[in-house]
Amino acid sequence: MRAYSKDHEWIGVEGGVGTVGITDYAQAQLGDIVFCETEPPGTVLSAGETAGAVESVKAASDIFSPVSGEILEINDAPAEDPSLLNSAPDQTWLFKIRLSNPAELDALMDENDYADYCRG
Amino acid sequence: MGSYIPAAKREREKLLGGLGMTSAEELFAAVPPECRIGTMNLPPPLSEPELRRELEALAADNKAPLFIGAGLYDHYIPAAVDALCSLPEFVTAYTPYQPEISQGTLTAIFEFQTAICRLTGLDAANASMYDAATAASEAMLMSAAQTKRKHVIVTAATHPHIKETLRTYARFNGLTVSEAPFDGRGQAALDTAPHGAACVIAQSPNFFGVIEPMRGISAWASGAGAVPVAVCDPLSLGILESPGEMGFAIAVGECQPLGSPVSFGGPHAGYLAAKESFLRRLPGRIAGETGEVGGGKRGFVLTLQAREQHIRREKATSNICSNAALSALRATVYLALLGPEGLRETAALCAQKAAYLRAKLQETGIKPLFDASYFREFAVDTVLDGAAALENPRGSLIAVTEKRTKAEMDAFTALALSQKKGVSI
Amino acid sequence: MTVYEKSAAGRRGFIPEPCDVPAAALGAIVGEENLRKTPAALPEMSEIDTVRHYTALAKKNFGVDTGFYPLGSCTMKYNPKINEQLASLPGFLSAHPFAPDEMNRGCLRLMAELERMLCAICGMEAFSLQPAAGAHGELTGLMCMAAYFAKQGQSHRNVILIPDSAHGTNPASAAQAGFSVRAVPSGRDGLVDPATLREAAEAAGGALVGLMLTNPNTLGLFEKNIMEVAGIIHGAGGLLYYDGANLNAVMGVTSPGAMGFDVMHLNLHKTFSAPHGGGGPGAGPVGAGKLLAPFLPGGGQDSIGRVRAYRGSFGVLVRAYCYIRALGASGLREASESAVLNANWLLNRLSGAYDAPYGERCMHEFVLSAAAMKEQTGVSAMDIAKGLIDKGFHPPTVYFPTIVPESLMTEPTETESPETLEAFAAAMLSLAEDAKRNPEALHSAPVTTPVGRLDATAAARQPIIKSR
Repeated sequence: MRAYSKDHEWIGVEGGVGTVGITDYAQAQLGDIVFCETEPPGTVLSAGETAGAVESVKAASDIFSPVSGEILEINDAPAEDPSLLNSAPDQTWLFKIRLSNPAELDALMDENDYADYCRG
Repeated sequence: MGSYIPAAKREREKLLGGLGMTSAEELFAAVPPECRIGTMNLPPPLSEPELRRELEALAADNKAPLFIGAGLYDHYIPAAVDALCSLPEFVTAYTPYQPEISQGTLTAIFEFQTAICRLTGLDAANASMYDAATAASEAMLMSAAQTKRKHVIVTAATHPHIKETLRTYARFNGLTVSEAPFDGRGQAALDTAPHGAACVIAQSPNFFGVIEPMRGISAWASGAGAVPVAVCDPLSLGILESPGEMGFAIAVGECQPLGSPVSFGGPHAGYLAAKESFLRRLPGRIAGETGEVGGGKRGFVLTLQAREQHIRREKATSNICSNAALSALRATVYLALLGPEGLRETAALCAQKAAYLRAKLQETGIKPLFDASYFREFAVDTVLDGAAALENPRGSLIAVTEKRTKAEMDAFTALALSQKKGVSI
Repeated sequence: MTVYEKSAAGRRGFIPEPCDVPAAALGAIVGEENLRKTPAALPEMSEIDTVRHYTALAKKNFGVDTGFYPLGSCTMKYNPKINEQLASLPGFLSAHPFAPDEMNRGCLRLMAELERMLCAICGMEAFSLQPAAGAHGELTGLMCMAAYFAKQGQSHRNVILIPDSAHGTNPASAAQAGFSVRAVPSGRDGLVDPATLREAAEAAGGALVGLMLTNPNTLGLFEKNIMEVAGIIHGAGGLLYYDGANLNAVMGVTSPGAMGFDVMHLNLHKTFSAPHGGGGPGAGPVGAGKLLAPFLPGGGQDSIGRVRAYRGSFGVLVRAYCYIRALGASGLREASESAVLNANWLLNRLSGAYDAPYGERCMHEFVLSAAAMKEQTGVSAMDIAKGLIDKGFHPPTVYFPTIVPESLMTEPTETESPETLEAFAAAMLSLAEDAKRNPEALHSAPVTTPVGRLDATAAARQPIIKSR
């Protein structure tokens, strides 16, 4: 099951490790994504802190970590081919993070709430 | 008296009437009375002939020095540079936001970037900066962002205006600046410089005209985890080794010697080039090559714009917007005309003429302050009229471009000799 | 093709003069170890090929001399030819800032008089002519604010308020001056709402530096509550920064000083007619009231210090000087009147076919929205912009300010005739019709230009930023 942040990141959690990406809504708002960059493994973040950035031709957006923890791994695929974030945002994860406070997940939205949130 | 409003008064009244207004005052209804002003205290307007007379008088009240450089040099400017860079489509356009009607400016920026990369031996250059001092300041900020360090080293013989500008920018960005002193030969000594710096900024040829031991400086900086930043006169790179080849990660400099007149200090263009790893930290405009949507003709656009202020706002790599496109165009055209051989010959002429005058002065007992290698400028131990004054160490800074003739240099030597005698009495 | 592809080995476009002194070996002068091993691969071109290449490039450009250029917030007014000639007088071009003052009397007199005239126009105490462009001026002025607070022992003040309609340079400059930026949302009327501002100032509390404001703002609206706004900021211990990008609307009507601003910059290449050069060089002099004047570059012990080398973009200063001397007080006021008149007239003509979200009155520029058009026809502001190109006009600024969706920010300036305005209005209206009848054609505009729409996405994904 995935949870969603107000900043339009998704997170799936397995065994205390979260996998994070940006949502379909986020990629549609940005348009053609031309660049993405993620903080390196070992970076320790609090929930809501900047974990990287995505850029399109006419816009740029920071990626915020939906949870606190340490970045374990980053995905090279979208850095090499940013269009993956447009074509398959749900499958294209950006980083894996070891959750230091799993209770933070409760503050995130589920799929239905997030869909409502996007409709405004 | 002069007016650049095409519409006759009668026509403007008609437009006003169309808006249901009877007086221009009604256009400013939103401006509250509390902030209205009376007539501005300005001199009476001038017709074009009067204006010309006044400006010609002002221009005539200046005198051109022959042997003053100190960062701005009197090089010959080929006639075609002025002719091409006065074309109104270059002069009266703005930032190429609409690429379909800006291919002229965009192609020229791309050519400028290419020329700067090739001269500096680095991977990526931007469309231009305001000048060398602000380019060096941006390089300092790039280095601090990259290394997350807060201290900056600059070689003490770097141009004083560059050092002062660095200090201003540093102060408001929470950075500190220290200077690596120069030794008896006028070259930077880094043995007492602190480790842990974000960058080492070194100018070569330095303010005294001396060529710094650039390979040693970049090696020291890299060894200390600091970004090596070179400040290099692009014209000197016609004969001097490129900063990229000598291990520098960033190079900046002043493009004035490439086809722009001294013009009392501006406007000119600065350049900034860096290794590929700094690509997304570069400030300002960058032109890139692409094709028409769906394939077709090749063209150029402004690219990597997500770095810039109009998109990233407070998170932009820099606040720079307008840069110095027309001055950069002058450099681009100048380099196209001179080519590699012309640039090499011009740079060589500067060095050879400087060597001639330096030796002539030496014969009269006016000694160089430093004995290290030099390019186009050198410092001497005597204060001389017609040269830039040096305070520390005391003396003069003498610049010799390829434009200076033997006759001018011999006359300068004679004058210098008489001044030296005058001083010794 | 670039000059690099036209290059042919051995060609020369310029040959330096022969050396008239005994030539020493280069290595002996510059040091063998410093000699360049491989010459830079610069283009090898004949003079005529160079001339044709850049003449052909110029023809692919659109400038103010080519046609109407209503690029909002950029004030693309006519650049008088006499100013170009006078800025190129040999006595100016050869003057050197390191020469003694007595060799530069003319340049120094011109600069001193320009400073005085800018003070008179802006109601400021002093001007520094150093900054090289508008954004550089912003940075300089903001540094003066920071230095002022440091001197007051209030270095903890670091929060600056900036309306969400502001130019992108405002927050970028504030960040570069070491400030933390808080955006202030514009009210429904497009103006800074005093109540919202008061809340923002209170939230910043003792950390408030002040407010950066453009007036008229980027929507082309005069911040009519400016006196109250100034009172709120000053009352909270803050200072007011004036972004002079839009001064062309109000010369001789009001001044930043009269509105209560403490520090400001001007864009001499906008309001004062210096040409824009394809993206500079400009000049961005900074003016300050009594409080901040001691902190300007080039001042005494409180000065922030130098922000660039030498004394300023002198050639641009000459052009601005000429412009002000030619027009005088009455001419400058007349320029502002005509700029506002032209903008209102155009707004009036266009506000039926396009949405005018902030009413039917404006200052020197106005913002239209193609949002409804896009929803109904699929034709976007960008499509309209490209359609205008095919009709021979430079488009307005598109997609800025970002608070208006599908925005077209239009600034006609005073130097356009009624016929030009009418022709532009007719083009805009016919494009609005085309949007309904033949939207497809607009998606593929422009078709009359040297290249069609270019792939900016590909350019950014795999950047090619130099010739191979």
